[in-house]
Amino acid sequence: MDLSSINPTLLLASLIVASTPILLAALGELVVERAGVLNLGVEGMMITGAICGFAIAVNTGSPFVGFIAAALGGAALALLFAILTQLALANQVASGLALTLFGLGLSALLGQGYQGIKPPPTANIKIPVLSDLPVLGPVLFSHDLMVYLALALVATVWFVLNRTRAGLILRAVGENHGAAHALGYKVIRIRILAILFGGACAGLGGAYLSLVRVPQWTEGMTAGSGWIALALVVFASWKAGRVLLGAWLFGGISVLQLNLQAAGVAIPVEYLSMSPYLITILVLVIMSADKSRAPASLGRTFHASD
Amino acid sequence: MTEPLLRLSGLTKAYPGVVANDDVSFDIQAGEVHALLGENGAGKSTLVKMIYGLVAPDRGFMQMHGEAFSPKEPREARTAGVAMVFQHFSLFEALSVAENVALGMETPPPMRQLSERIRDVSNSYGLPLDPSRTVGDLSAGERQRVEIIRCLLQDPRLLIMDEPTSVLTPQEVEILFETLRKLTSEGVAILYISHKLEEIRRLCDQATILRHGRKVGTCVPSETSARDMAEMMVGNSFATPARADHRAGDVILELRNLSVPATSTFGISLKDINLSLRVGEILGIGGVAGNGQDELLAALSGEVRSARDAILLQDKPIGKTDPTARRAMGLLAAPEERLGHAAAPDMSLTENALLTGLTRQNLHWHGVLKWSAARNFAESIIVKFDVRTPSANVAARALSGGNLQKFVIGREIMQRPSVFVVNQPTWGVDAAAAAAIRQALLDLASNGAAVLCISQDLDELLEISDRFAALNEGRLSDIKPASALTVEEIGLMMGGAHGMEVAHDPA
Repeated sequence: MDLSSINPTLLLASLIVASTPILLAALGELVVERAGVLNLGVEGMMITGAICGFAIAVNTGSPFVGFIAAALGGAALALLFAILTQLALANQVASGLALTLFGLGLSALLGQGYQGIKPPPTANIKIPVLSDLPVLGPVLFSHDLMVYLALALVATVWFVLNRTRAGLILRAVGENHGAAHALGYKVIRIRILAILFGGACAGLGGAYLSLVRVPQWTEGMTAGSGWIALALVVFASWKAGRVLLGAWLFGGISVLQLNLQAAGVAIPVEYLSMSPYLITILVLVIMSADKSRAPASLGRTFHASD
Repeated sequence: MTEPLLRLSGLTKAYPGVVANDDVSFDIQAGEVHALLGENGAGKSTLVKMIYGLVAPDRGFMQMHGEAFSPKEPREARTAGVAMVFQHFSLFEALSVAENVALGMETPPPMRQLSERIRDVSNSYGLPLDPSRTVGDLSAGERQRVEIIRCLLQDPRLLIMDEPTSVLTPQEVEILFETLRKLTSEGVAILYISHKLEEIRRLCDQATILRHGRKVGTCVPSETSARDMAEMMVGNSFATPARADHRAGDVILELRNLSVPATSTFGISLKDINLSLRVGEILGIGGVAGNGQDELLAALSGEVRSARDAILLQDKPIGKTDPTARRAMGLLAAPEERLGHAAAPDMSLTENALLTGLTRQNLHWHGVLKWSAARNFAESIIVKFDVRTPSANVAARALSGGNLQKFVIGREIMQRPSVFVVNQPTWGVDAAAAAAIRQALLDLASNGAAVLCISQDLDELLEISDRFAALNEGRLSDIKPASALTVEEIGLMMGGAHGMEVAHDPA
């Protein structure tokens, strides 16, 4: 066993990269759930985003265009969910599970012929002075645009939800859709927009996996990240800041356990592999023991005549 | 007469199968309190929804100050000066008072200024409120203040109030009326919906009465008796419950220092409740909603267990006994919430009759259901308690509130309880059905059962109960004979005015 082979700076830098996909997906789902909709199709939207982004990036040669396509792909799948649950009033749990299965199948179909190809590289942004700082430079200031976008999104989601009227209305819809309707707010329209936003975020998260983190396309490559993102939202008590913390924790332990495996620690590989899931959930369960609770209308179908 | 503030002409609205409003016309003058009377389903709420822009009329039109008024959404109605205090469903429990107020406004000022204005308005109208508190932590009366202040901040010309006093103590009702009179003196018109006829007689200048969607009459409430108004609503006369002379017998149910911790976040814990209930009497328990009524019923029915010796039924400790065993011993209960608690909404009346009648009515044979016996049981309830339904196979959800209430109360009474605990027996039930239910409770007691009736309707409790007590924050007041009590005394037993003060002019 040789722990000295683990470089802490490199570890922290890869932690941020590893956490970005679930951070993006979880932020999207957070907004969806705050609006009172439970979309269990995150995994399906992520993997759809992963292949859409990958295919378009390979064909255009531009990862930037790829990410846009991924967001659109995720949102398109979310639109299907929105139509089913908000207009046809289908059950949200069943529709979400179906969306995941559909997304996995669709992505496998779309991905035929893309296996084993390398995507165009996503450039890291060099920030003068800051990127050259010791330790902090490589950890914080030498990533690609998507990492910064995800971090900015955490702040934006927090600000919009807690400090703006639009966010207040969105929370009101998730809290009591009957009352929001009685006050004249368009419950269905607001929810559809939230669902589309959630789909776009999940798509971006998926594309980050296929274009940056891995980077290549394999069937089923999200491997449960969507489900982790879902769990993260719940255990983070529907708060943006805690989602970031949970994502970093999960990403950090994932990277650390890989490093430990490589260093040949005398713990069976199976235990190391399950540790990110166990520790993240444990920490968030302890943190969610305060009085915060789920949006009161979460998962309930709204019909205007009620 | 001057031009009315709001004129309704020939408003008609039909839903598939029912005509909710049929050619309704009347005027509301500025500065008057106008009562809208009618049984459940008479079309009051549809009418109000049309004025507030939630529903568009099929025919007819409205005029405000002589100009056409046809709001397509609540926003337009609010801009025109119409504000509404809802009976249910319009507050957001997890949000703060200020956020709730902001959601009801078109262009709310920044939060800090809004909090200031909430403090100002709430003080000048005698409704103190802290803008930063979470609504989920507020009492029912305080929540109503939030709604009223939300309306007042928009300088309304017409304020619609739907059953505003059902959650208030008598003292709080007085303060509310002061606030409303102050508003009318400023020229605001109030459209007031209530079932409480005595209150309408005291407050309202004009009344319009609806029945089956049609306007059937108008009256000046202060010059009309409550009984005449009730008969206009129902369309015929009905019997007032009559009480037979009887004497209370031995103690059958006893609570000794019953304490139960709260089971939910916004629930109430029961603290040291002592009472004894005698054969042949009705003990009325009053109190403002959310002071432990649901918890007391749950502790008595067995849904929530308590210390073994805290509840004694015929001297046997039953604190840890489950509901089915308590039923077998003769302690039956009917909770407040009809749909989802007393009855399973999507199951038929027969199935609902089975759910509580299984053991006492012997409706199973070693676990196999006896369907024909169950159907007979359900049909006998329907006949005996005059439940208006096509058959016993109809889902509970399809019945109107009053009919379902007659069914769930009748279901328990038909099982000949020795102790019957009931919460809000006539909540949301029309006058005729309420009279029938009260009569059934009186008959049950005079036939030798003991009845514990929890209710927020003081007139009802005074009408039927022999002794009276009130719940306040999970504690039970002293128990007093009902005949000697005045409304003021009862109000004090219920906890007084919960920190409200009478409206005063800003100095």
